[in-house]
Amino acid sequence: MSDTATTSEAPAAPARGAGVRVGLGWVMDRVRETEIDLRLFGMVIALAVILVGIELADNKPFLQPVNLLNLAVQAAPVAIIACGMVLVIVTRQIDISVGSVVGVVSMTIAILFFRVFPGTIGVDSPFGWAIALAAGLGVGALIGALNGYLIAYVGIPSFIVTLGGLAAWRGLVFIIAGGSTIAPDDKFFVLLFAGGPLGSIGGIASWVVAALAVVAVGVGLINSRRQRRRFGFPLRPRWAEVAIVAASAIFAIGFVAFVFNAYKWPQGLVDNKLAQDPTFVVPPGGVESGIPNPILLMIGVMLVVTFMARRLRFGRAIYAIGGNPDAAELAGINTRWTVMKTFILLGLLCGIAGAIASARLNGASLDIGQGYELLVIAAAVIGGTSFAGGIGTVPGAILGALVMQALSYGMSYLGYSTPYQNIVFGIVLISIVGFDSWNRRRAR
Amino acid sequence: MTAQQPPDGAAPAVPGPVAGATPAVEMRGINVSFGGVRAVSDVSVDVRPGEVIGLVGGNGAGKSTLMRALSGAHPADTGEILMNGQPVKISNPRDAKNLGIETIYQTLALADNIAAPGNLFLGRELLTRMRTLDDSAMEDATRKIMGRLNPNFTRFAIPVMFLSGGQRQAVAIARAVHFNAKVVVMDEPTAALGPAETAQVRNLIRQLKGEGIGIFLVSHDIHDVFDLADRISVMYHGRLVGTVNKTEVTTDEVLGMIILGKPLEKLSAAEVEALH
Repeated sequence: MSDTATTSEAPAAPARGAGVRVGLGWVMDRVRETEIDLRLFGMVIALAVILVGIELADNKPFLQPVNLLNLAVQAAPVAIIACGMVLVIVTRQIDISVGSVVGVVSMTIAILFFRVFPGTIGVDSPFGWAIALAAGLGVGALIGALNGYLIAYVGIPSFIVTLGGLAAWRGLVFIIAGGSTIAPDDKFFVLLFAGGPLGSIGGIASWVVAALAVVAVGVGLINSRRQRRRFGFPLRPRWAEVAIVAASAIFAIGFVAFVFNAYKWPQGLVDNKLAQDPTFVVPPGGVESGIPNPILLMIGVMLVVTFMARRLRFGRAIYAIGGNPDAAELAGINTRWTVMKTFILLGLLCGIAGAIASARLNGASLDIGQGYELLVIAAAVIGGTSFAGGIGTVPGAILGALVMQALSYGMSYLGYSTPYQNIVFGIVLISIVGFDSWNRRRAR
Repeated sequence: MTAQQPPDGAAPAVPGPVAGATPAVEMRGINVSFGGVRAVSDVSVDVRPGEVIGLVGGNGAGKSTLMRALSGAHPADTGEILMNGQPVKISNPRDAKNLGIETIYQTLALADNIAAPGNLFLGRELLTRMRTLDDSAMEDATRKIMGRLNPNFTRFAIPVMFLSGGQRQAVAIARAVHFNAKVVVMDEPTAALGPAETAQVRNLIRQLKGEGIGIFLVSHDIHDVFDLADRISVMYHGRLVGTVNKTEVTTDEVLGMIILGKPLEKLSAAEVEALH
């Protein structure tokens, strides 16, 4: 690869030699050369500013592993659904029923554990969690398919279909629950999906995940470089690629070292474990918790849906429909089936989110998932998704969910009550979308 | 191809259509209705390989509707379509493309949020062995074809909404000619273009014609049509008024057919004169 290093770095040399003009413009030019998404980059910075701002606003220490972990785990269900919502909004549709769908999923899971399994496969069946999860995903996907069919094939506007769903599915939750909270869930199921020290992957596995992530970034860059060279396209500057790998390594190592693995099991948990298993060895620094399962799930969903959106024909069709539905149809794309598939995907993600929500509550209340629809749509929109269709990214939606959660978590940490949080949330939402539309008008 | 461009208007020596050859496409007795309204009524047209058919008529004459039946965008209610003498069925855009019928729509039908290569291969993406999008291969193919059509074009990575009208047109044309079309339908290809870009499109039409492609050229511009077409089919209120050889008529006579809706033989010299 050394041959390209010389050619690609050559043009940069005179600029550096010329010298001292290391201003903001110079920095922006270099950032642009890395070809990273500037809007996403801006959101990462905004998130950091919010977190640091909360730290500085008070002399209570905020930037601690426990706070960051709680914040991210709480954001996970909304963030996971937002990944699917982005694609739905990109095709110029909307789904405001996701909160009620999460309700149906969570309630289905809780009822399986509480009413169905005891008389059939037994309370402590090792397959209970898998059956419940499959049922949750199945219910989510089925509702998504029904929505998608009514919208794409019958032609009822998505707002109407899902407004009806918002009411009807919540009604179903009340009926199947018999009007009361259903609890508890299966212990292993809760362990798997609730997060918390025992529902995390542990210190060593977290390092493995971090290493895999950095390797994946590197392999991806080498691959794209090889592709570009195969056709003689201009290559990204070598320093930019090194910088990207270095930045992701710093990011991954930093998060594992200072957040995930910096959180140690509380003493009570360690004592419990020792009581059950006397051979358990407690490392000198304490037991590292590692990445909580819901966060791992969130990252996994983000990667898979991003891959679908950017690397598959399915994703290309979604963006084409959003950009110009007639053009997509005339190009021979099966637009109806594509729209239906995006709703099925969204329903499936509601299934995953419902599993996490149910596990975190250790059961299902009648209002579980209520209000998710607005949070999910807000996350997508803060993440840069345009209601005009055709524009939006999955990682943006994840960041949007984290930004919202950071605001509300931070404000309640500082002692501001929900009404104040809501006002700030409203202002932030409108400001960001306003900035986006101004920016897009300017770019044209 | 731009290097040896002849001055605009002077038609270069291009091999004409083979007289008497089987039509590349023949549309017979086509009917299209919207609700209760007959937009196209019992129209028959055909194009031979290497021939340009000018399809003219006033607003609402049914030209675009007839062509949308051919491209599968709005299939005909009744009537037959034959390719090389064989009946074919076109019930959606994919059918038409599979048969080698490509269309450049008046609206261009581009997804504005997607870059040129994505638009060129929209619905027919090149895939890697892993069944993922082969963006590099698509960009490479796009660079090659755009090098022929519009050598100044360099903006392969940005969404086409940021391109000029002529560049967008070039992308739409590239999409039509890249896939070895047998017949190309062009609906008002120069309506939104400046003089230089119009000349470029005219040259392209001559080039396609030289490659043996049959072309339906829908146009308002009678001079465009006279310059490029071999035969001219005139439509009026959804009916075919008649098809004439360019060399056997004057522009005034064709204008008379367009405006009065009468076939050439029923058109009196006085009526043609009265149009002035």
